Amino acid sequence: MLVATLVVSSFVIFSALYLAPGNPIAVLSGGRTLPAESIKVLEARYHLNDPFITQYWLWLKGVAHGDFGISIALRENVSTLIASRIGTTAALVLYASLLILVIGIGLGLAAGLRRGFLDTSVLAVTAVSAAIPSFVAAIVLILLFSVKLTLFPSLGDGQGLFGTIYHLTLPAVALAISSLAIVARVTRASVREEFGREHVQTAVSRGIPYRQLVRRHVLRNAAIPITTISGITVASLIAIAAVVERAFGLNGLGAYLVSAANSKDFAVVQGISLVLVTAFVVVNVLVDVLYAILDPRVSLGSRAQ
Amino acid sequence: MSTAAPPVEAVAAVERRSWLALLRATGAAGVASAVAIAIAAFVAAFGPLLAPDSPYLGQLSSSYVGPTGGHLLGFDGQGRDLLSRLLGGARTSLVGPLTVVVICILAGTVLAVSAAWKRGTYDAFVSSGLDVLFAFPGILLAILAAAVFGAGLVAASLALAVAYTPYVARVLRGAALRERSQQYVAALEVQGASAFSICLRHLIPNMLPLIVAQATILFGYAMVDLAAISFLGLGVQPPNPDWGVMIAENQSGVVQGYPLAALAAGICIVIVVVAFNILGERLYDQAQAERR
Repeated sequence: MLVATLVVSSFVIFSALYLAPGNPIAVLSGGRTLPAESIKVLEARYHLNDPFITQYWLWLKGVAHGDFGISIALRENVSTLIASRIGTTAALVLYASLLILVIGIGLGLAAGLRRGFLDTSVLAVTAVSAAIPSFVAAIVLILLFSVKLTLFPSLGDGQGLFGTIYHLTLPAVALAISSLAIVARVTRASVREEFGREHVQTAVSRGIPYRQLVRRHVLRNAAIPITTISGITVASLIAIAAVVERAFGLNGLGAYLVSAANSKDFAVVQGISLVLVTAFVVVNVLVDVLYAILDPRVSLGSRAQ
Repeated sequence: MSTAAPPVEAVAAVERRSWLALLRATGAAGVASAVAIAIAAFVAAFGPLLAPDSPYLGQLSSSYVGPTGGHLLGFDGQGRDLLSRLLGGARTSLVGPLTVVVICILAGTVLAVSAAWKRGTYDAFVSSGLDVLFAFPGILLAILAAAVFGAGLVAASLALAVAYTPYVARVLRGAALRERSQQYVAALEVQGASAFSICLRHLIPNMLPLIVAQATILFGYAMVDLAAISFLGLGVQPPNPDWGVMIAENQSGVVQGYPLAALAAGICIVIVVVAFNILGERLYDQAQAERR
Protein backbone atom coordinates (compact mmCIF):
# COMPACT_ATOMS: atom_id res chain seq x y z
CA MET A 1 0.00 0.00 0.00
CA LEU A 2 2.82 2.37 0.95
CA VAL A 3 4.73 1.67 -2.25
CA ALA A 4 1.58 1.88 -4.38
CA THR A 5 0.63 5.26 -2.92
CA LEU A 6 4.14 6.58 -3.48
CA VAL A 7 4.31 5.35 -7.09
CA VAL A 8 0.92 6.87 -7.90
CA SER A 9 1.76 10.17 -6.22
CA SER A 10 5.15 10.32 -7.96
CA PHE A 11 3.26 9.84 -11.23
CA VAL A 12 0.81 12.62 -10.32
CA ILE A 13 3.65 15.00 -9.41
CA PHE A 14 5.64 14.22 -12.54
CA SER A 15 2.74 14.39 -14.98
CA ALA A 16 1.29 17.59 -13.48
CA LEU A 17 4.54 19.43 -14.11
CA TYR A 18 5.04 17.71 -17.46
CA LEU A 19 1.67 19.02 -18.62
CA ALA A 20 2.40 22.53 -17.38
CA PRO A 21 2.21 25.15 -20.10
CA GLY A 22 5.53 26.72 -21.11
CA ASN A 23 8.63 25.53 -22.90
CA PRO A 24 11.51 24.23 -20.76
CA ILE A 25 13.99 25.40 -23.40
CA ALA A 26 12.76 28.97 -22.89
CA VAL A 27 13.42 28.65 -19.15
CA LEU A 28 16.87 27.15 -19.79
CA SER A 29 17.89 29.86 -22.22
CA GLY A 30 16.48 32.63 -20.06
CA GLY A 31 14.40 33.89 -23.00
CA ARG A 32 17.32 34.21 -25.44
CA THR A 33 17.09 32.58 -28.86
CA LEU A 34 19.63 29.76 -29.02
CA PRO A 35 21.33 28.24 -32.06
CA ALA A 36 19.81 24.96 -33.22
CA GLU A 37 22.81 22.89 -32.00
CA SER A 38 22.54 24.14 -28.44
CA ILE A 39 18.82 23.38 -28.41
CA LYS A 40 19.65 19.84 -29.56
CA VAL A 41 22.22 19.45 -26.76
CA LEU A 42 19.74 20.68 -24.17
CA GLU A 43 16.97 18.45 -25.50
CA ALA A 44 19.26 15.46 -25.28
CA ARG A 45 20.49 16.31 -21.78
CA TYR A 46 17.01 16.79 -20.33
CA HIS A 47 15.42 14.00 -22.46
CA LEU A 48 12.93 16.54 -23.79
CA ASN A 49 12.17 14.63 -27.00
CA ASP A 50 11.54 11.26 -25.40
CA PRO A 51 7.94 10.12 -24.96
CA PHE A 52 6.30 10.99 -21.65
CA ILE A 53 6.44 7.49 -20.19
CA THR A 54 10.16 7.19 -20.94
CA GLN A 55 10.81 10.54 -19.28
CA TYR A 56 8.82 9.45 -16.23
CA TRP A 57 10.65 6.13 -16.08
CA LEU A 58 14.07 7.79 -16.36
CA TRP A 59 13.11 10.25 -13.61
CA LEU A 60 11.77 7.52 -11.33
CA LYS A 61 14.88 5.39 -11.91
CA GLY A 62 17.04 8.38 -11.04
CA VAL A 63 14.98 9.10 -7.91
CA ALA A 64 15.41 5.51 -6.75
CA HIS A 65 19.18 6.12 -6.93
CA GLY A 66 18.90 9.46 -5.16
CA ASP A 67 19.22 11.47 -8.37
CA PHE A 68 16.44 14.04 -8.74
CA GLY A 69 17.80 15.67 -11.90
CA ILE A 70 19.35 19.10 -12.35
CA SER A 71 17.95 22.41 -11.21
CA ILE A 72 17.37 24.53 -14.29
CA ALA A 73 17.82 27.79 -12.42
CA LEU A 74 20.90 26.93 -10.33
CA ARG A 75 22.54 24.31 -12.64
CA GLU A 76 23.10 22.09 -9.63
CA ASN A 77 21.99 18.60 -8.66
CA VAL A 78 18.56 18.75 -7.07
CA SER A 79 19.61 16.06 -4.59
CA THR A 80 22.49 18.30 -3.39
CA LEU A 81 20.10 21.23 -3.03
CA ILE A 82 17.63 19.08 -1.11
CA ALA A 83 20.31 17.53 1.10
CA SER A 84 21.58 20.95 2.21
CA ARG A 85 18.10 22.06 3.28
CA ILE A 86 16.38 18.94 4.58
CA GLY A 87 18.06 19.21 7.99
CA THR A 88 16.49 22.58 8.79
CA THR A 89 13.01 21.40 7.85
CA ALA A 90 13.39 18.10 9.69
CA ALA A 91 14.66 19.84 12.84
CA LEU A 92 11.82 22.38 12.68
CA VAL A 93 9.13 19.72 12.25
CA LEU A 94 10.63 17.50 14.99
CA TYR A 95 10.89 20.42 17.41
CA ALA A 96 7.29 21.45 16.74
CA SER A 97 6.09 17.83 17.02
CA LEU A 98 7.74 17.50 20.42
CA LEU A 99 6.01 20.68 21.60
CA ILE A 100 2.68 19.38 20.33
CA LEU A 101 3.01 15.93 21.89
CA VAL A 102 4.37 17.04 25.27
CA ILE A 103 2.46 20.28 25.86
CA GLY A 104 -0.66 19.48 23.81
CA ILE A 105 -1.29 16.05 25.30
CA GLY A 106 -0.15 17.28 28.75
CA LEU A 107 -2.59 20.18 28.78
CA GLY A 108 -5.37 17.97 27.45
CA LEU A 109 -4.81 15.33 30.14
CA ALA A 110 -4.63 17.93 32.90
CA ALA A 111 -7.84 19.58 31.73
CA GLY A 112 -9.59 16.27 31.17
CA LEU A 113 -8.72 14.81 34.57
CA ARG A 114 -9.38 17.92 36.64
CA ARG A 115 -12.58 19.88 36.33
CA GLY A 116 -12.67 23.51 37.37
CA PHE A 117 -10.56 26.56 36.69
CA LEU A 118 -7.73 24.79 34.85
CA ASP A 119 -10.20 23.02 32.59
CA THR A 120 -12.16 26.14 31.66
CA SER A 121 -9.04 28.18 31.01
CA VAL A 122 -7.48 25.47 28.83
CA LEU A 123 -10.74 25.26 26.87
CA ALA A 124 -10.93 29.02 26.35
CA VAL A 125 -7.26 29.49 25.44
CA THR A 126 -7.20 26.53 23.03
CA ALA A 127 -10.43 27.65 21.31
CA VAL A 128 -8.65 30.82 20.23
CA SER A 129 -5.17 29.44 19.64
CA ALA A 130 -6.53 26.61 17.47
CA ALA A 131 -7.55 29.35 15.03
CA ILE A 132 -4.20 31.16 14.92
CA PRO A 133 -2.52 30.48 11.57
CA SER A 134 1.24 29.82 11.74
CA PHE A 135 2.16 33.07 9.96
CA VAL A 136 0.02 35.16 12.31
CA ALA A 137 1.66 33.40 15.25
CA ALA A 138 5.00 34.15 13.59
CA ILE A 139 4.49 37.93 13.50
CA VAL A 140 3.16 38.01 17.05
CA LEU A 141 6.16 35.97 18.31
CA ILE A 142 8.62 38.15 16.39
CA LEU A 143 6.96 41.23 17.81
CA LEU A 144 7.01 39.96 21.41
CA PHE A 145 10.26 38.00 21.63
CA SER A 146 12.58 39.57 19.06
CA VAL A 147 11.45 43.18 18.80
CA LYS A 148 10.19 43.94 22.34
CA LEU A 149 12.14 41.52 24.55
CA THR A 150 15.03 40.79 22.14
CA LEU A 151 15.27 37.25 23.51
CA PHE A 152 15.20 35.34 20.24
CA PRO A 153 16.34 36.12 16.68
CA SER A 154 13.67 36.81 14.06
CA LEU A 155 15.70 35.52 11.10
CA GLY A 156 18.09 32.74 10.09
CA ASP A 157 18.92 29.09 10.82
CA GLY A 158 21.73 29.36 13.39
CA GLN A 159 24.96 27.34 13.71
CA GLY A 160 25.70 24.23 15.75
CA LEU A 161 23.27 22.26 17.88
CA PHE A 162 22.45 24.97 20.43
CA GLY A 163 22.44 27.71 17.81
CA THR A 164 19.95 25.72 15.78
CA ILE A 165 17.71 25.01 18.75
CA TYR A 166 17.91 28.68 19.75
CA HIS A 167 17.09 29.92 16.23
CA LEU A 168 14.34 27.36 15.69
CA THR A 169 12.49 28.03 18.96
CA LEU A 170 10.20 30.80 17.72
CA PRO A 171 9.55 29.07 14.36
CA ALA A 172 8.72 25.79 16.13
CA VAL A 173 6.29 27.53 18.49
CA ALA A 174 4.65 29.31 15.54
CA LEU A 175 4.36 26.01 13.69
CA ALA A 176 3.04 24.11 16.70
CA ILE A 177 0.57 26.52 18.25
CA SER A 178 -2.68 25.72 16.43
CA SER A 179 -2.02 21.96 16.24
CA LEU A 180 -1.08 21.97 19.92
CA ALA A 181 -4.44 23.49 20.77
CA ILE A 182 -6.32 20.98 18.63
CA VAL A 183 -4.45 18.03 20.19
CA ALA A 184 -5.16 19.40 23.69
CA ARG A 185 -8.87 19.74 22.94
CA VAL A 186 -9.21 16.26 21.48
CA THR A 187 -7.20 14.75 24.35
CA ARG A 188 -9.43 16.45 26.91
CA ALA A 189 -12.61 15.37 25.12
CA SER A 190 -11.53 11.74 24.83
CA VAL A 191 -10.45 11.52 28.48
CA ARG A 192 -13.85 12.91 29.48
CA GLU A 193 -15.66 10.50 27.23
CA GLU A 194 -13.82 7.50 28.66
CA PHE A 195 -14.63 8.64 32.21
CA GLY A 196 -18.31 8.60 31.29
CA ARG A 197 -18.18 5.01 30.04
CA GLU A 198 -20.01 2.33 31.99
CA HIS A 199 -16.98 0.14 32.60
CA VAL A 200 -15.11 3.08 34.12
CA GLN A 201 -18.04 3.98 36.34
CA THR A 202 -18.25 0.34 37.39
CA ALA A 203 -14.55 0.40 38.23
CA VAL A 204 -15.11 3.58 40.28
CA SER A 205 -17.90 1.92 42.25
CA ARG A 206 -15.74 -1.15 42.82
CA GLY A 207 -13.29 1.14 44.57
CA ILE A 208 -10.37 0.76 42.16
CA PRO A 209 -7.68 3.30 43.16
CA TYR A 210 -7.77 6.50 41.10
CA ARG A 211 -4.29 6.18 39.60
CA GLN A 212 -4.90 2.63 38.47
CA LEU A 213 -8.30 3.60 37.11
CA VAL A 214 -6.80 6.39 35.02
CA ARG A 215 -3.90 4.32 33.78
CA ARG A 216 -5.68 1.06 33.03
CA HIS A 217 -9.16 2.08 32.00
CA VAL A 218 -9.19 5.70 30.89
CA LEU A 219 -5.83 6.31 29.23
CA ARG A 220 -5.61 3.00 27.41
CA ASN A 221 -8.85 3.68 25.56
CA ALA A 222 -8.34 7.41 25.18
CA ALA A 223 -4.91 6.73 23.65
CA ILE A 224 -6.49 5.78 20.33
CA PRO A 225 -8.23 9.07 19.41
CA ILE A 226 -5.23 10.94 20.85
CA THR A 227 -2.92 9.02 18.52
CA THR A 228 -5.21 9.73 15.57
CA ILE A 229 -5.25 13.48 16.09
CA SER A 230 -1.54 13.65 16.93
CA GLY A 231 -0.70 11.73 13.77
CA ILE A 232 -2.85 13.96 11.58
CA THR A 233 -1.48 17.20 13.03
CA VAL A 234 2.17 16.12 13.06
CA ALA A 235 1.90 14.96 9.43
CA SER A 236 0.31 18.26 8.44
CA LEU A 237 3.32 20.16 9.83
CA ILE A 238 5.44 18.86 6.96
CA ALA A 239 3.59 21.09 4.47
CA ILE A 240 2.88 24.06 6.77
CA ALA A 241 6.62 24.25 7.57
CA ALA A 242 6.97 26.10 4.24
CA VAL A 243 4.96 29.01 5.63
CA VAL A 244 6.97 29.23 8.84
CA GLU A 245 10.27 28.95 6.98
CA ARG A 246 9.20 31.87 4.79
CA ALA A 247 8.09 33.96 7.78
CA PHE A 248 11.38 33.44 9.64
CA GLY A 249 13.68 33.45 6.61
CA LEU A 250 14.80 29.86 7.25
CA ASN A 251 16.67 28.05 4.50
CA GLY A 252 14.48 24.93 4.47
CA LEU A 253 12.85 22.68 1.90
CA GLY A 254 9.44 24.36 2.01
CA ALA A 255 10.73 27.88 1.47
CA TYR A 256 12.87 26.60 -1.40
CA LEU A 257 9.89 24.76 -2.89
CA VAL A 258 7.92 28.03 -2.93
CA SER A 259 10.66 29.96 -4.70
CA ALA A 260 11.16 27.09 -7.17
CA ALA A 261 7.41 27.11 -7.89
CA ASN A 262 7.62 30.85 -8.52
CA SER A 263 10.57 30.53 -10.90
CA LYS A 264 9.16 27.38 -12.57
CA ASP A 265 12.25 25.33 -11.67
CA PHE A 266 10.36 22.09 -12.24
CA ALA A 267 13.05 19.55 -11.33
CA VAL A 268 13.27 21.14 -7.88
CA VAL A 269 9.49 21.30 -7.48
CA GLN A 270 9.19 17.61 -8.43
CA GLY A 271 12.02 16.54 -6.14
CA ILE A 272 10.89 18.43 -3.04
CA SER A 273 7.21 17.54 -3.57
CA LEU A 274 8.13 13.88 -3.72
CA VAL A 275 10.26 14.12 -0.57
CA LEU A 276 7.44 15.89 1.32
CA VAL A 277 4.75 13.49 0.13
CA THR A 278 6.96 10.54 1.11
CA ALA A 279 7.50 11.98 4.58
CA PHE A 280 3.76 12.61 4.92
CA VAL A 281 2.88 9.04 3.88
CA VAL A 282 5.58 7.51 6.12
CA VAL A 283 4.27 9.41 9.18
CA ASN A 284 0.79 8.10 8.42
CA VAL A 285 2.10 4.54 8.17
CA LEU A 286 3.91 4.94 11.50
CA VAL A 287 0.63 6.05 13.07
CA ASP A 288 -1.05 2.93 11.70
CA VAL A 289 1.68 0.78 13.26
CA LEU A 290 1.16 2.61 16.55
CA TYR A 291 -2.56 1.78 16.42
CA ALA A 292 -1.80 -1.90 16.12
CA ILE A 293 0.47 -1.67 19.17
CA LEU A 294 -2.04 0.33 21.22
CA ASP A 295 -5.11 -1.65 20.27
CA PRO A 296 -4.67 -5.38 19.68
CA ARG A 297 -8.07 -5.46 17.94
CA VAL A 298 -6.69 -3.40 15.07
CA SER A 299 -4.85 -5.43 12.48
CA LEU A 300 -2.24 -3.66 10.35
CA GLY A 301 -3.56 -2.14 7.17
CA SER A 302 -7.02 -1.34 8.50
CA ARG A 303 -7.08 2.13 9.99
CA ALA A 304 -9.03 2.59 13.19
CA GLN A 305 -12.05 4.78 12.63
CA MET B 1 -41.91 -1.44 15.44
CA SER B 2 -45.65 -0.86 15.23
CA THR B 3 -47.39 -2.72 12.44
CA ALA B 4 -49.27 0.33 11.15
CA ALA B 5 -46.23 2.37 10.18
CA PRO B 6 -46.96 6.00 9.34
CA PRO B 7 -46.22 7.15 5.78
CA VAL B 8 -42.49 7.48 5.25
CA GLU B 9 -42.70 11.16 4.26
CA ALA B 10 -44.26 12.06 7.59
CA VAL B 11 -41.55 10.28 9.58
CA ALA B 12 -38.84 12.12 7.73
CA ALA B 13 -40.57 15.46 8.24
CA VAL B 14 -40.95 14.96 11.99
CA GLU B 15 -37.31 14.03 12.43
CA ARG B 16 -35.98 17.20 10.79
CA ARG B 17 -35.59 20.32 12.85
CA SER B 18 -35.82 23.86 11.53
CA TRP B 19 -32.48 25.58 10.96
CA LEU B 20 -33.33 28.25 13.50
CA ALA B 21 -33.95 25.63 16.17
CA LEU B 22 -30.68 23.95 15.25
CA LEU B 23 -28.82 27.25 15.58
CA ARG B 24 -30.43 27.94 18.94
CA ALA B 25 -29.38 24.50 20.13
CA THR B 26 -25.71 25.40 19.53
CA GLY B 27 -25.87 27.66 22.59
CA ALA B 28 -24.72 31.21 23.24
CA ALA B 29 -21.24 30.64 21.79
CA GLY B 30 -22.73 29.14 18.65
CA VAL B 31 -25.17 32.01 18.15
CA ALA B 32 -22.44 34.59 18.82
CA SER B 33 -20.23 32.87 16.22
CA ALA B 34 -23.08 32.90 13.70
CA VAL B 35 -23.52 36.63 14.31
CA ALA B 36 -19.79 37.23 13.80
CA ILE B 37 -19.91 35.24 10.56
CA ALA B 38 -22.94 37.24 9.40
CA ILE B 39 -21.07 40.50 10.04
CA ALA B 40 -18.03 39.20 8.14
CA ALA B 41 -20.28 38.19 5.24
CA PHE B 42 -21.87 41.67 5.25
CA VAL B 43 -18.44 43.32 5.15
CA ALA B 44 -17.38 40.97 2.34
CA ALA B 45 -20.45 41.97 0.35
CA PHE B 46 -20.44 45.71 0.99
CA GLY B 47 -16.92 46.36 2.36
CA PRO B 48 -15.65 48.26 -0.68
CA LEU B 49 -18.67 50.59 -0.39
CA LEU B 50 -18.04 51.17 3.33
CA ALA B 51 -14.35 51.89 2.83
CA PRO B 52 -13.52 55.53 3.55
CA ASP B 53 -10.59 55.53 1.12
CA SER B 54 -9.12 53.62 -1.81
CA PRO B 55 -7.61 50.22 -0.89
CA TYR B 56 -5.21 50.53 -3.84
CA LEU B 57 -3.89 54.09 -3.83
CA GLY B 58 -1.57 55.47 -1.18
CA GLN B 59 1.28 57.85 -0.64
CA LEU B 60 4.63 56.43 0.36
CA SER B 61 5.16 59.49 2.56
CA SER B 62 2.51 58.15 4.96
CA SER B 63 4.07 54.65 5.11
CA TYR B 64 3.37 53.07 8.54
CA VAL B 65 1.89 56.30 9.90
CA GLY B 66 -0.32 55.59 12.91
CA PRO B 67 -4.02 56.39 13.35
CA THR B 68 -4.99 60.00 12.61
CA GLY B 69 -8.32 61.84 12.54
CA GLY B 70 -9.51 60.80 9.09
CA HIS B 71 -7.80 57.42 9.14
CA LEU B 72 -9.01 55.31 12.06
CA LEU B 73 -6.31 52.63 11.79
CA GLY B 74 -3.57 54.63 10.10
CA PHE B 75 -1.65 53.47 7.04
CA ASP B 76 0.09 50.33 5.78
CA GLY B 77 3.67 50.04 4.52
CA GLN B 78 2.80 51.55 1.17
CA GLY B 79 0.89 54.45 2.66
CA ARG B 80 -2.59 53.10 1.94
CA ASP B 81 -5.50 53.58 4.34
CA LEU B 82 -5.40 50.43 6.52
CA LEU B 83 -9.13 50.29 7.31
CA SER B 84 -10.05 50.52 3.63
CA ARG B 85 -7.62 47.76 2.80
CA LEU B 86 -9.01 45.52 5.55
CA LEU B 87 -12.58 46.14 4.36
CA GLY B 88 -11.61 45.54 0.73
CA GLY B 89 -9.63 42.43 1.70
CA ALA B 90 -12.64 40.86 3.41
CA ARG B 91 -14.12 39.96 0.04
CA THR B 92 -11.16 38.01 -1.38
CA SER B 93 -10.44 36.50 2.04
CA LEU B 94 -13.97 35.07 2.29
CA VAL B 95 -14.84 34.32 -1.34
CA GLY B 96 -11.79 32.04 -1.71
CA PRO B 97 -12.72 29.70 1.18
CA LEU B 98 -16.36 29.78 0.06
CA THR B 99 -15.33 28.51 -3.38
CA VAL B 100 -13.21 25.76 -1.79
CA VAL B 101 -16.00 24.65 0.53
CA VAL B 102 -18.74 24.65 -2.13
CA ILE B 103 -16.64 22.57 -4.53
CA CYS B 104 -15.32 20.04 -2.03
CA ILE B 105 -18.70 19.59 -0.33
CA LEU B 106 -20.44 19.02 -3.68
CA ALA B 107 -17.75 16.63 -4.92
CA GLY B 108 -17.46 14.87 -1.54
CA THR B 109 -21.24 14.42 -1.20
CA VAL B 110 -21.66 13.06 -4.74
CA LEU B 111 -18.73 10.64 -4.29
CA ALA B 112 -19.82 9.53 -0.82
CA VAL B 113 -23.50 9.01 -1.61
CA SER B 114 -22.86 7.26 -4.94
CA ALA B 115 -20.21 5.01 -3.35
CA ALA B 116 -22.49 4.14 -0.44
CA TRP B 117 -25.39 3.47 -2.79
CA LYS B 118 -23.62 1.30 -5.37
CA ARG B 119 -21.02 -0.31 -3.08
CA GLY B 120 -18.94 -3.10 -4.67
CA THR B 121 -16.25 -2.29 -7.22
CA TYR B 122 -17.31 1.33 -7.71
CA ASP B 123 -17.04 1.97 -3.95
CA ALA B 124 -13.63 0.28 -3.85
CA PHE B 125 -12.47 2.33 -6.83
CA VAL B 126 -13.61 5.64 -5.29
CA SER B 127 -12.12 4.77 -1.91
CA SER B 128 -8.69 3.89 -3.29
CA GLY B 129 -8.69 7.01 -5.48
CA LEU B 130 -9.38 9.09 -2.38
CA ASP B 131 -6.61 7.26 -0.49
CA VAL B 132 -4.07 8.51 -3.04
CA LEU B 133 -5.38 12.07 -2.65
CA PHE B 134 -4.89 11.75 1.11
CA ALA B 135 -1.15 11.64 0.41
CA PHE B 136 -1.20 15.29 -0.74
CA PRO B 137 -1.43 17.94 1.98
CA GLY B 138 -3.57 20.89 0.84
CA ILE B 139 -0.79 23.46 0.93
CA LEU B 140 1.57 21.23 -1.06
CA LEU B 141 -1.08 20.66 -3.73
CA ALA B 142 -1.66 24.41 -3.92
CA ILE B 143 2.07 25.07 -4.35
CA LEU B 144 2.14 22.46 -7.15
CA ALA B 145 -0.87 24.11 -8.76
CA ALA B 146 0.87 27.48 -8.60
CA ALA B 147 3.94 25.97 -10.30
CA VAL B 148 1.81 24.49 -13.08
CA PHE B 149 -0.84 27.15 -13.69
CA GLY B 150 0.89 30.20 -12.22
CA ALA B 151 0.16 31.90 -8.92
CA GLY B 152 -3.43 32.98 -8.32
CA LEU B 153 -6.51 32.57 -6.17
CA VAL B 154 -8.35 30.33 -8.67
CA ALA B 155 -5.59 27.70 -8.93
CA ALA B 156 -5.07 27.75 -5.14
CA SER B 157 -8.80 27.37 -4.41
CA LEU B 158 -9.19 24.48 -6.85
CA ALA B 159 -6.13 22.73 -5.43
CA LEU B 160 -7.44 23.05 -1.86
CA ALA B 161 -10.89 21.83 -2.93
CA VAL B 162 -9.26 18.71 -4.42
CA ALA B 163 -7.19 18.18 -1.26
CA TYR B 164 -10.22 18.53 1.06
CA THR B 165 -12.55 16.30 -0.96
CA PRO B 166 -11.28 12.98 0.49
CA TYR B 167 -11.84 14.24 4.05
CA VAL B 168 -15.43 15.23 3.24
CA ALA B 169 -16.08 12.03 1.33
CA ARG B 170 -14.73 9.79 4.10
CA VAL B 171 -16.98 11.28 6.80
CA LEU B 172 -20.05 11.48 4.57
CA ARG B 173 -19.60 7.97 3.16
CA GLY B 174 -19.97 6.53 6.64
CA ALA B 175 -23.09 8.60 7.24
CA ALA B 176 -24.50 7.67 3.83
CA LEU B 177 -23.92 3.96 4.50
CA ARG B 178 -25.82 4.22 7.80
CA GLU B 179 -28.64 6.11 6.09
CA ARG B 180 -28.70 3.62 3.20
CA SER B 181 -29.44 0.76 5.58
CA GLN B 182 -32.43 2.55 7.14
CA GLN B 183 -35.83 1.04 6.60
CA TYR B 184 -37.31 4.10 4.95
CA VAL B 185 -34.87 3.69 2.06
CA ALA B 186 -35.94 0.10 1.56
CA ALA B 187 -39.60 1.20 1.77
CA LEU B 188 -39.06 3.84 -0.90
CA GLU B 189 -37.27 1.34 -3.12
CA VAL B 190 -40.20 -1.07 -2.80
CA GLN B 191 -42.53 1.77 -3.78
CA GLY B 192 -40.51 2.09 -6.97
CA ALA B 193 -38.71 5.39 -6.34
CA SER B 194 -35.57 5.81 -8.42
CA ALA B 195 -32.18 5.75 -6.73
CA PHE B 196 -31.55 9.32 -7.85
CA SER B 197 -34.72 10.69 -6.32
CA ILE B 198 -34.28 8.74 -3.06
CA CYS B 199 -30.77 10.17 -2.68
CA LEU B 200 -31.71 13.71 -3.66
CA ARG B 201 -35.01 13.97 -1.76
CA HIS B 202 -34.43 11.81 1.29
CA LEU B 203 -30.90 10.57 1.87
CA ILE B 204 -29.02 13.84 1.37
CA PRO B 205 -31.62 15.98 3.20
CA ASN B 206 -31.30 13.62 6.18
CA MET B 207 -27.51 14.01 6.09
CA LEU B 208 -27.76 17.78 5.77
CA PRO B 209 -26.97 18.69 9.41
CA LEU B 210 -23.72 16.72 9.14
CA ILE B 211 -22.93 18.23 5.72
CA VAL B 212 -23.48 21.76 7.02
CA ALA B 213 -21.31 21.07 10.08
CA GLN B 214 -18.53 19.75 7.81
CA ALA B 215 -18.79 22.77 5.54
CA THR B 216 -18.57 25.16 8.50
CA ILE B 217 -15.49 23.47 9.96
CA LEU B 218 -13.78 23.27 6.56
CA PHE B 219 -14.44 26.97 5.90
CA GLY B 220 -12.12 27.83 8.78
CA TYR B 221 -9.42 25.46 7.52
CA ALA B 222 -9.75 26.76 3.96
CA MET B 223 -9.45 30.33 5.17
CA VAL B 224 -6.22 29.60 7.05
CA ASP B 225 -4.72 27.60 4.16
CA LEU B 226 -5.65 30.17 1.49
CA ALA B 227 -4.30 33.03 3.58
CA ALA B 228 -1.10 31.01 4.05
CA ILE B 229 -0.79 30.50 0.30
CA SER B 230 -1.36 34.22 -0.32
CA PHE B 231 1.21 34.93 2.41
CA LEU B 232 3.67 32.76 0.44
CA GLY B 233 2.99 34.90 -2.64
CA LEU B 234 1.28 32.10 -4.56
CA GLY B 235 -2.38 33.08 -4.00
CA VAL B 236 -4.01 36.49 -4.28
CA GLN B 237 -1.54 38.80 -6.01
CA PRO B 238 -0.74 42.29 -4.72
CA PRO B 239 -1.83 45.05 -5.02
CA ASN B 240 -5.19 43.29 -4.56
CA PRO B 241 -6.23 43.53 -0.92
CA ASP B 242 -6.33 40.23 0.98
CA TRP B 243 -5.66 39.54 4.66
CA GLY B 244 -2.95 36.97 3.92
CA VAL B 245 -1.26 39.28 1.42
CA MET B 246 -1.46 42.16 3.92
CA ILE B 247 0.49 40.19 6.52
CA ALA B 248 3.26 39.41 4.00
CA GLU B 249 3.35 43.04 2.79
CA ASN B 250 3.55 44.50 6.26
CA GLN B 251 5.82 41.94 7.95
CA SER B 252 8.70 44.41 7.59
CA GLY B 253 6.70 46.85 9.73
CA VAL B 254 6.75 44.41 12.66
CA VAL B 255 10.54 44.54 12.84
CA GLN B 256 10.53 48.31 12.24
CA GLY B 257 8.31 48.84 15.28
CA TYR B 258 5.01 49.38 13.47
CA PRO B 259 3.16 46.07 13.84
CA LEU B 260 -0.43 47.42 13.57
CA ALA B 261 -0.84 46.81 9.82
CA ALA B 262 0.20 43.13 9.92
CA LEU B 263 -1.51 42.49 13.28
CA ALA B 264 -4.85 43.97 12.17
CA ALA B 265 -5.04 41.60 9.20
CA GLY B 266 -4.02 38.68 11.43
CA ILE B 267 -6.69 39.54 14.00
CA CYS B 268 -9.36 39.64 11.27
CA ILE B 269 -8.36 36.14 10.14
CA VAL B 270 -8.32 34.77 13.70
CA ILE B 271 -11.75 36.22 14.60
CA VAL B 272 -13.45 34.77 11.53
CA VAL B 273 -11.72 31.40 11.89
CA VAL B 274 -12.59 31.15 15.61
CA ALA B 275 -16.23 31.86 14.76
CA PHE B 276 -16.31 29.17 12.07
CA ASN B 277 -14.52 26.65 14.32
CA ILE B 278 -16.85 27.14 17.28
CA LEU B 279 -20.02 27.12 15.19
CA GLY B 280 -18.82 24.10 13.20
CA GLU B 281 -17.93 22.18 16.36
CA ARG B 282 -21.32 22.89 17.92
CA LEU B 283 -23.21 22.00 14.73
CA TYR B 284 -21.23 18.76 14.53
CA ASP B 285 -22.15 17.87 18.12
CA GLN B 286 -25.81 18.54 17.27
CA ALA B 287 -25.62 16.39 14.15
CA GLN B 288 -24.06 13.55 16.18
CA ALA B 289 -26.59 13.91 18.99
CA GLU B 290 -29.47 13.79 16.52
CA ARG B 291 -28.28 10.44 15.23
CA ARG B 292 -28.31 8.76 18.61
